[in-house]
Amino acid sequence: MAEKVLMIALSPTMEEGTIVRWNKREGEKVEPGDLLCEVETDKATMEYESPSEGILLKVIVPEGASAKVADPIAIMGEKGEDISGLVAEVAATKPAQPAAAVPLAEGPPVGAAVAGAPELEQPVPTAQSPAPIETGRIKASPLARKMADERGVDLRRVRGTGPEGRIVKRDIETIQPEAIQPGAVSLSLTDIPSPGEALVAMPAVIAERIPVSGKRKIIAQRLAESKFQAPHYYLKLSIAMDDMMAARAKLNARLKEKVSLNAFLIKFVAEALERHGVVNASWNGDYIFKFGTVDIGLAVAVPDGLITPVVRDCGGKGILAIESDLNALIPKAKEGKLLPEEYKGATFTITNLGSYGIEDFTAIINPPGSAILALGVIQKQQVVVTSKTGEDEVQIKSMMRVSMSCDHRVVDGASGAAFLSDLKAMIENPIEVLY
Amino acid sequence: MPLMSYRDAVRQAMDEEMERDDAVFLMGEEVGEYNGAYKLSKGLLNKYGPERVVDTPITELGFTGVGVGAAMVGLRPIIEWMSFNFGILALDQVINNAAKMRYMSGGQFKLPLVIRGPNGPAEYLASQHSQALQSIFAHVPGLKVVAPATPYDAKGLLKTAVRDDNPVIVLEGELMYLWKGEVPEKEYLIPFGMADVKREGKDVTLVTYSKPLKIAQEAAVVLEKEGIDCEIVDLRSIRPLDEQSIYDSVKKTNRCVVIDEAWPVASVGSHIAWLVAKNCFDFLDAPVEFISAEDVPMPYNHMLELAAQPSVDKVVRAVKQVLYV
Repeated sequence: MAEKVLMIALSPTMEEGTIVRWNKREGEKVEPGDLLCEVETDKATMEYESPSEGILLKVIVPEGASAKVADPIAIMGEKGEDISGLVAEVAATKPAQPAAAVPLAEGPPVGAAVAGAPELEQPVPTAQSPAPIETGRIKASPLARKMADERGVDLRRVRGTGPEGRIVKRDIETIQPEAIQPGAVSLSLTDIPSPGEALVAMPAVIAERIPVSGKRKIIAQRLAESKFQAPHYYLKLSIAMDDMMAARAKLNARLKEKVSLNAFLIKFVAEALERHGVVNASWNGDYIFKFGTVDIGLAVAVPDGLITPVVRDCGGKGILAIESDLNALIPKAKEGKLLPEEYKGATFTITNLGSYGIEDFTAIINPPGSAILALGVIQKQQVVVTSKTGEDEVQIKSMMRVSMSCDHRVVDGASGAAFLSDLKAMIENPIEVLY
Repeated sequence: MPLMSYRDAVRQAMDEEMERDDAVFLMGEEVGEYNGAYKLSKGLLNKYGPERVVDTPITELGFTGVGVGAAMVGLRPIIEWMSFNFGILALDQVINNAAKMRYMSGGQFKLPLVIRGPNGPAEYLASQHSQALQSIFAHVPGLKVVAPATPYDAKGLLKTAVRDDNPVIVLEGELMYLWKGEVPEKEYLIPFGMADVKREGKDVTLVTYSKPLKIAQEAAVVLEKEGIDCEIVDLRSIRPLDEQSIYDSVKKTNRCVVIDEAWPVASVGSHIAWLVAKNCFDFLDAPVEFISAEDVPMPYNHMLELAAQPSVDKVVRAVKQVLYV
């Protein structure tokens, strides 16, 4: 019996995917476990292995086109089988094709220093959210849908307690605040005030319409959620980087493969986090989860968005091990080949726009973490230094402006400040780390 | 207010209408000398004589046809069917003549005909004598169909039926004849197309009519002990149907269970379930549940007979289903 092959959720947050490549052609035999096609998801390109055996009778969604999870992408069956019925069925129920994926374009080349990400990127919400995001068809009673609509509740985040997971009235009534979409009250064209009043945010001429890729949609959604849910506040200071840069230069002089500044920074941040556990934690409503390891995500700009490859257990690794991890992860990130476990679950994130000459910026916290460190460019500056004898003199130091965004639900001002001040002390006097 | 049996309420209605209007007369098997197969017409022959209380031979098609003709020329007959099962024989007169005469004559003929009698299962009567046939009559435009479930409703609706110039089918029930209820001494009429909320509640709407009203009421008592508050809408009038009362109730409770004694296919209950699903769509937290007779001829064995009909258990289960408990 011929069957439809459906797009499956290749990652928990996947809602739609683009077929990058069909590895089997129409008419080819497929065994269970064979690679059927490669699918670009919200984060990376995943491999779709066939669970069943048969002949690939028809490709419904061609290379370059996308399909939502549970949409049919192909038909498989016996050789010569009549599939006209299935084909007609698919054609009848086919939804409007979502915007075709923007092919991976070459972005501006990132500098030698591996960092260089704009804002921060959000992996999947974990302990912070009450329910996993639902993909596929959502079952909800008409009343529940109406109530969700009125209250700005995202049905994908609601756990249904009716039969087969149906969302019913009581599920909407007992909803957690986290499920409420930011900006739930949307302004439609009909809400625009009467003619004569100035239309404030309407551009006069739209020069170009860029279809938003799945990846960008997810980033947009996660950033908005983070900004909306976590009460952000910002701590800033400047760190003298001379000693660290000198140490790095010395190390690289005797190594064939250079170690990046980021690896150093990650290590020092990890040490500071180990001493200030509350900054390495996550808000969960009734609990604050303090993480057992320091897993630091480094924001990396990739074509069409950004991603945070995560170096696990930075507290337990030395700088060289961290660098080695970065060397494995960052190329994969740029090719969009990171696996979910490689980009999700950073307990703390670092983002560095120094290579763009940015002096100072504030970033958006990347869940499940409760803080993010934004690093600026290292610049030579005049600094007043008081010598041991009490005399003031002007010195030239390489200063880096650092801005930390904290989630006030988890990290109080004093805790954040203590962490940051310790970080500065350690970087400016690295031997402190050993104490 | 005096307590009266359904039987006596029906008799009072007939007596009062016959007294009020000479054109009203009663015709059927055993209605005269025998005082009525179920004693509904007790004493009426003595009071009004054989021209107004007419015993007929066993020929439903024949005497129903006589009733149609009499109605067409200005009399106001009440036809009693000893059982609606027997009325099947008269369907041609009802559907092709009674329901159509006014329409086909362009209004030249009125048809002030009332057909009444026991409908639906009693006990131990087996498949040919236990049928609930309301959907056949409800289906036909040109007929009015009412189904009183209490003595109060029976008297008020029958009086309205006699005074209506259209053919009205009044669905009674053998087991309901013994039911007692309060009936005012002063004259009253109940208009058609008006449902009655027999019990107010906030958790679920039970829509029903005729004998299953009792099951709905008993189920409501059982459910009340579990903290579930049922609202019972007794339709009373099937055609015309008071849709608004149903929707008002479902919009309040968000849940609906329809209870109908007849078979499920193409029944009054299934039609109402569709109306609710369509008109209360956004207010429903669960699909509409429908309790009907099992889709089988009525068994003779009494345990099976009871199992084949709506029951308190079935209603309780349906209510819990729409409440997801």
